[in-house]
Amino acid sequence: MTTTLPPAPTTLAAPPASEAEAPLLSVEGLTVDFYTRRGLVHAVRGVSFSLGKGAALGLVGESGCGKSVTSQAIMGLIHLPGEITGGDISWKGRSLLGPAAAAYRRQVCGGEIAIVFQDPMTSLDPLFSIGRQIGEVLVRHKGMEPAKARVRALELLDLVRINAPERRFRQLPHALSGGMRQRALIAMALASEPELLIADEPTTALDVTVQAQILDLLIDLRQRLGLAVLMITHDLGVVARLCQQVAVMYAGTVVERDRADAVLLRPAHPYARGLLRSTPALETRLDRLLTIDGQPPDLRRPPQGCAFLPRCARGTDSCRTRPPLGPKPGGTGGRVACWHPVTEPETVPAAASPAGGSAAVRPDPLVAVEGLTVHFPAGRDGLFGPRRVVQAVDGVSFTVRAGETLGLVGESGSGKTTTGRAILRRAPITRGDVRYRGQSITTLTGEPLRRLRRDMQLIFQDPYASLNPRMTVFDIVAEPLIVHGLAPDRRALRDQVVDLLALVGLPADAVTRHPHAFSGGQRQRIGIARALTLEPAFIVADEPVSALDVSIRAQVVNLMQDLQARLGLTYLFIAHDLAVVRHIADRVAIMYAGQIVELGDRDRVYADPRHPYTETLLAAVPPVDPRAEIRPTRPGEVPSPLAPPPGCRFASRCPLVTEQCRAAPPSLSPRADGHLLACWHR
Amino acid sequence: MSRFVVHRLWQGVIVVFCVVVVVFVLTRLIGDPVRVMLPLEATADQRALFEAQLGLDRPIWEQFLVFVGDAVALDFGDSLWQRRPAMEIIAERLPATLILTFSAIGLAVVVAVPLGILAALKPEGLFDRVVVLVSLIGLSVPQFWLGLLFIVLFAVQLGWLPTSGRGGVEHVILPALTLAIPAMTRIIMVVRSTMMDELNRQYVKTLRAKGLLEWQVVGVHALRNAAVPVLTLCGWELIRALSGYTVVVETVFAWPGLGLTAIQAIERQDLILLQAIVFVTAIIVVAVNLILDIVYKAIDPRIELKAA
Repeated sequence: MTTTLPPAPTTLAAPPASEAEAPLLSVEGLTVDFYTRRGLVHAVRGVSFSLGKGAALGLVGESGCGKSVTSQAIMGLIHLPGEITGGDISWKGRSLLGPAAAAYRRQVCGGEIAIVFQDPMTSLDPLFSIGRQIGEVLVRHKGMEPAKARVRALELLDLVRINAPERRFRQLPHALSGGMRQRALIAMALASEPELLIADEPTTALDVTVQAQILDLLIDLRQRLGLAVLMITHDLGVVARLCQQVAVMYAGTVVERDRADAVLLRPAHPYARGLLRSTPALETRLDRLLTIDGQPPDLRRPPQGCAFLPRCARGTDSCRTRPPLGPKPGGTGGRVACWHPVTEPETVPAAASPAGGSAAVRPDPLVAVEGLTVHFPAGRDGLFGPRRVVQAVDGVSFTVRAGETLGLVGESGSGKTTTGRAILRRAPITRGDVRYRGQSITTLTGEPLRRLRRDMQLIFQDPYASLNPRMTVFDIVAEPLIVHGLAPDRRALRDQVVDLLALVGLPADAVTRHPHAFSGGQRQRIGIARALTLEPAFIVADEPVSALDVSIRAQVVNLMQDLQARLGLTYLFIAHDLAVVRHIADRVAIMYAGQIVELGDRDRVYADPRHPYTETLLAAVPPVDPRAEIRPTRPGEVPSPLAPPPGCRFASRCPLVTEQCRAAPPSLSPRADGHLLACWHR
Repeated sequence: MSRFVVHRLWQGVIVVFCVVVVVFVLTRLIGDPVRVMLPLEATADQRALFEAQLGLDRPIWEQFLVFVGDAVALDFGDSLWQRRPAMEIIAERLPATLILTFSAIGLAVVVAVPLGILAALKPEGLFDRVVVLVSLIGLSVPQFWLGLLFIVLFAVQLGWLPTSGRGGVEHVILPALTLAIPAMTRIIMVVRSTMMDELNRQYVKTLRAKGLLEWQVVGVHALRNAAVPVLTLCGWELIRALSGYTVVVETVFAWPGLGLTAIQAIERQDLILLQAIVFVTAIIVVAVNLILDIVYKAIDPRIELKAA
């Protein structure tokens, strides 16, 4: 597959008015409002772009920028309380809006334009077979007889490379993995033979190796079927991989529109540049991530002028009037909505300093894990069948040195979260030993365990779900002290909470407010403050930034690094995002199907991955740089934790596999310079 | 599927057996059936004779075996009150109860499901608000009062329908309506809220994006997903009505059903008849649940045995 970025056809950049043929899709000045209890939200505020036949446009932005709403408006999916209040959307030169276009809309939306949504786990009707759900589209849009539809549905399942299509055809969605479901949803979208496929964050809910497979599939389908693609995503790597054109959205408007390579290499809008800079790269490491300060504006009261002004370093008085989407300097034919566009080329920030990382790593292990095994009962197979066991973690050993950050990386189901919870004694330990400061804590109970909990804290993934919405920030942050009977009198406690909030960069007046008054990034700061209340030495951070937007993510990562330096904290940083881990961790452990396959110094692991799974994982991350070489992806998915294979767990996906791998599991053993590896062939 | 049915059937048999045991324990071991059933002034000889008639002088295990045998043969002996086989009385009264409950719950479902769906299509819309308001009124009105109101209005004032008793179709209408209205309002509320939940789910967005027609999205996909909780409630309404909660309606309309008979059996201290009624009711409840379980499985094939 030739997937290097082709030179963008100039017709896509700005279709000349003289061209007889209208663009496939054209969006002009689209505005969408939502009526909510808290006021009118101006979600989309004048968005314009067009898309030619067979083109691939990336609509990029952070959550709340209006990119998904725009796609739903195109699909005719905006219903009250949402409303399209202005502008036009036309398909092949004919408007899709208004009651007069109802018949045209029914023919086009779902027929000539199809969409794939973000979350494959919830996007399929759980009670109808995959085949039936694909067949429906064929009957509706192609007028097929059910028997013919069946044949065609099987072809479609084959087209999206689903194995054993006959079996999948009959199955209900719950029998399929996330990646398989997304393939089925793509097959469903392709059933009506659309000319435009809208992909709304199609890989965001998927693991990175599965994401790479789905991206490959989309690229392949585009080439084979001449499909135009509108890719909606926050992931610049995905855009670099798939799109020739990019429109960057911010606060309901398009702020920059250009060829993909021009946006990714020479962004002109300060926001686009900030977004690019705050995205941690897999290839290089900075001591400190660059961030965009502040937060996006409240779209109930959108600013009169440039929406980015409060966060922009280049702002002047002229920015108080809204900049139009005018020609972009640089001769790429792009457009930018900025009074002071950035013209100097993006300089690659200084490369990693060799001594980067936590300042004060002491060699003594703070936490030592030996042969940790966590099995969960999973009921019986049938009424009288054998008991089943989920082997979530199976014989994991590592140490975390005082003052360091150990990154624990793996895909969903790898057991990384369970490992973190077991170390904190929040998941039952089936076998193995966890030692803290040299003392075994595996069997601690009662008061000693309570005392230990002061020393070991947890930062959770989802800042929206992990804070009690009925408690004030003061109660949330002070609660650990009260629970442990360490609370001083009310006044001193208040001072202590205010100090903690200041430590994580929140104002003192936050104490009286409830979590809903804060954005995701601020909530995560509250969660961090709560974890710090008891002055712990060791913190397990379980995907602490994966629910956050890119620019906010960088702020939180920087905060965690600052806190480590100031307070001498030790982190076990659990994540699936390899770039973030490269940035924050000193050493990295790669987990696969309940076991550690590779453990070593961060730069060693990233520069010279030894385990085939680590290689697969690293190759699967789409690079943001459009000039980067595309590495081949590997098929396959994680084995079921109910019945892991007897030998190496990666054997089913490994290019190096031999009989030995299938027969016996390799153990994690030291190689040169202390690098640990579990592989028979490396 | 057949394994599923056999398993559920087997569970039903166990439940019925448990009911038999409980009834036996309650009547023979905890109370003294002879004292309950005979007048206080009965002599010792009369008591002994009565005990022998009922077999109460035999060892307890033998009594139990006889009782189980009677239950299997559906023969609990003669009612003390009416001096004829208890099952004969039940056979007379049961059809009346079945006709009343099935017409009432049937009516409730037929009216409530479309209303609930229509209300869910536009939450907070005018139709939705009216349906919710009327449902709340229907839910709050006491059943006996509703029955009396209907009698006054339709039977006395307008003279369209008979006031009470059993006869042709015209006799069923008022009691069935009285029984149906509270059930209907409960079903409307559940259909409305589950359908609202389902219509907000992501898969519905996918279905709409596929360009399916609205009736397919709502009537085929969302309705099937909403069906299990709705059916649970409908089953509960049916079981409730069949197991004697109809007694208020039966009293108001002098409807000779099983609920009224059960009350009469209690008043007359007729343990034999009461045992028979409890046993038959248990069988009906188990049968309804069995049918419901099979329907659940047909709606949602993901339901497995171990959920029991």
